[in-house]
Amino acid sequence: MSDSSTEMVVSVQGLSKTYRSGGAEVHALQSLSFEAPAGEILAFLGPNGAGKTTAIRILAGFLAADAGQAKVCGFDVASDSLEVRARLGYLPEHNPLYLDMRVEDFLRFAAKARGLAGSSLEQAIDRVVAQTGLAEVFRRRLSECSKGYRQRAGLAQALLHDPELLILDEPTNGLDPVQVVEMRRLVRELGKEKTVLLTTHVLPEVEALADRVVLLRQGQKVVDGPLMDLQAPQAGLCQLAIAAQCSLADLESATAAAGATWLAPRAAPFALEGLHAGLVELPSAMAIPEFAQSLQAAGVLPLQLAPQGGPLESWFLQAEAQR
Amino acid sequence: MSTLRSALLVAKREFMAAFDAPAGYLVLAFLPALSAVLFFVTGPFFAFDTAELRGFFLSLPWLFVILTPAITMRLWAEEKRAGTEELLLTWPMRLRSLVLGKFLGAWGILAAALFATIGLPITVAALGDLDLGPVLGGYFGALLLGGACLALGLFLSACTDNQIVAWLGGAAVLLVLNLLGGAATAEATPPWLGRVLLELDFGKHFEDLSRGVISLADIAFYLIMTAFFLALNGLVLLRRSWS
Repeated sequence: MSDSSTEMVVSVQGLSKTYRSGGAEVHALQSLSFEAPAGEILAFLGPNGAGKTTAIRILAGFLAADAGQAKVCGFDVASDSLEVRARLGYLPEHNPLYLDMRVEDFLRFAAKARGLAGSSLEQAIDRVVAQTGLAEVFRRRLSECSKGYRQRAGLAQALLHDPELLILDEPTNGLDPVQVVEMRRLVRELGKEKTVLLTTHVLPEVEALADRVVLLRQGQKVVDGPLMDLQAPQAGLCQLAIAAQCSLADLESATAAAGATWLAPRAAPFALEGLHAGLVELPSAMAIPEFAQSLQAAGVLPLQLAPQGGPLESWFLQAEAQR
Repeated sequence: MSTLRSALLVAKREFMAAFDAPAGYLVLAFLPALSAVLFFVTGPFFAFDTAELRGFFLSLPWLFVILTPAITMRLWAEEKRAGTEELLLTWPMRLRSLVLGKFLGAWGILAAALFATIGLPITVAALGDLDLGPVLGGYFGALLLGGACLALGLFLSACTDNQIVAWLGGAAVLLVLNLLGGAATAEATPPWLGRVLLELDFGKHFEDLSRGVISLADIAFYLIMTAFFLALNGLVLLRRSWS
């Protein structure tokens, strides 16, 4: 039943989901809780396999949770699934479409599936075609459209019924840079009127779009806060790109000997015989000059020590490193 | 949106999609072409010198072994392979509407293929005095038999994302269901098991209908089989969301 007292468009409490395959159990979600008020763009951030897609598939009614409760616009996704599905627009990961259909026929089919008919159907199609810029390919088969236009068609079907909640799973996945910019502009526009829940592992996307970030790691919430808070500098989280003319193994062991944490190897920043690079994290008490001296004491002369990314990247890398 | 309205929307989409590709027309050509060959060329029609279509109708359970899984193999397996089932199952339509819609779409394609065999009764009527009663009864029975075969094929299509597996599985199970009558009369089969096998034989229930004899028991058998496999289809989809 609808709970009119709540102002939250999305309310999730203790959501858990375990996949069982061949006797093995994978805990995709472990007691996940979060909320999204009206008019917020909430980014689900996390490395691959963090549980982002599982969480939104449960919200969209495609998967059933093992435990916990999720509500959309006050309706329970398990017991009022039809009401929930009528109120949300969903663009799944990889944007599945009926490629044999023309854009127009696909949108008509999607609109009728959402119960639209007559003049309201025609108006809805006109509106989403204008919103997503599909006029040019309106009569074209989806199989003949570029990936960018297909992504727009996927977004258009999610907007037909003017939903209160828009769920976008990796909306810029596979798009070229121009299409990425265009898609982000669209999402930003939509976010002015609707609650948008998007998943991504692309940090610039989060920084460009999100009001709030929920960072997931192995099905658990690691961070939940406004983007601006997460962008504030944090003591104790300093990532450095490091490069030295030695083997990767020597660089990794020198890093450990210097008291820092080796995160991942990286491409060499410039062409030099024997140059190897990586990403390291410094402990909170250690300054960069102190780290450089420790490296030299361990027999490695750093040719580059560059602070990396913003604090958001630090959060993300921390989650990745803890996998 | 009502269950029936959603079902008709899905049925229309499936029917149109089938004839949007050459495969749909192949299905449409298969039944009249092969049934005409079996009836006029290899069958005893001219030898018996009677204007009746029983030989044609008796071949249908065997032709449906190949034809009906070919119609249904794509319906769920392709949705799963392409990922479009995630769209379909997250639009505000009930699961029963989707299953019923897929079934009605497939049934429409089969009805079109049966309609394409209309040349047979027209030809036989031109050659002799054809009694229309058994012909209408036969087509009615063919729709019932076909419905049960399609429901089975849909269920198997929902179990896989591979169309070939769906077709092979459907054809194999239908073949077995058509051979149950033979197994029932085998010497080694206990009488009680023989009776059960005979009752489950898909072709046996069509024999009276193919003569134009409408039996409530035969109609009920095909309707129950159709409902049973459609329910299984729904359960497979439901179980997937819990897996």
